[in-house]
Amino acid sequence: MSRLVEIIGEARRSGNYEELAAMVPYARFLGIEVTTREDGLVGKLTFKDSLIGNPTLPALHGGTIAALLESTAIFRLLVDTETVQLPKIISITVAYLRSGRPIDTFAKGVITKHGRRVATVEVSAWQDDPEQPIATAVAHFLIQPDSDQ
Amino acid sequence: MPPDEETAESERRAMLERLNYAFGAFIPHNHALGMSFVDYAPGVAWMKLPYDERLVGNVETRVLHGGAISSLLDSTCGAAVFIKLEVPTRIATLDLRIDYLRPATPDLDVLCKADCYKLTRNVAFVRALAYHDHESDPIAAAAGSFVIFGNPQRRSRRSGAA
Repeated sequence: MSRLVEIIGEARRSGNYEELAAMVPYARFLGIEVTTREDGLVGKLTFKDSLIGNPTLPALHGGTIAALLESTAIFRLLVDTETVQLPKIISITVAYLRSGRPIDTFAKGVITKHGRRVATVEVSAWQDDPEQPIATAVAHFLIQPDSDQ
Repeated sequence: MPPDEETAESERRAMLERLNYAFGAFIPHNHALGMSFVDYAPGVAWMKLPYDERLVGNVETRVLHGGAISSLLDSTCGAAVFIKLEVPTRIATLDLRIDYLRPATPDLDVLCKADCYKLTRNVAFVRALAYHDHESDPIAAAAGSFVIFGNPQRRSRRSGAA
């Protein structure tokens, strides 16, 4: 059994998902963490200067927001489905609604379809107010249920 | 090289240097990812993302995270719009759809070609491909639209004609 599968299994048993983000080098590079709140799993992108895409405004790089949305969708799938592999992204469509200010950003996902092979997650990112999202996304993933192996 | 060709070549090199600064060192996130500007043509931009272990999404396969590819596609699309604009102005990504066609190969740099194929007064439409060696074997495809703020082009054209 791979280290990844072990970590996923441990996280599901303990309800402590912080290790999930720590095992992804790119999530560490950006500063993406998983936090669990009363209302469920929330992805967090801690602000730092290297996330800036428009130094004049300043505003976060669209790619960093897309990465938070994609990562949060993956964490949601790891937690709420039986997949034993990292879900493989098929496509993501991001709508950028407001410019991302140079502060911390949060994201939350909802699984809207969970089929045998494909799962779809809707994700939303916000800064101060979840009702005022800075970006939303729909992402499709290939998932591999245990029975497939 | 004839003098006019030499001038064109040096102008081109100066333009590439400006673009490399504007979309590389000047933008903190592009700089952090090690992105650089490779080439340009009218409405078209080529940028490069070097392979880096820090950008990996899955430690077992060493494949780059989709987010890093997203940043490359987004930046290159923005650069293509910027090149298409006659007068530089502020732009912002409105939406970006990305299809992940195959995993990036570990240790290989990723190139991206973006084409701003339609520019209107307020919106620019772009498509892009990310690939290693040739765009006929793409890693990811993108389609995006960008909002153009305070685009003075139409107005200046009209006043120029008057």
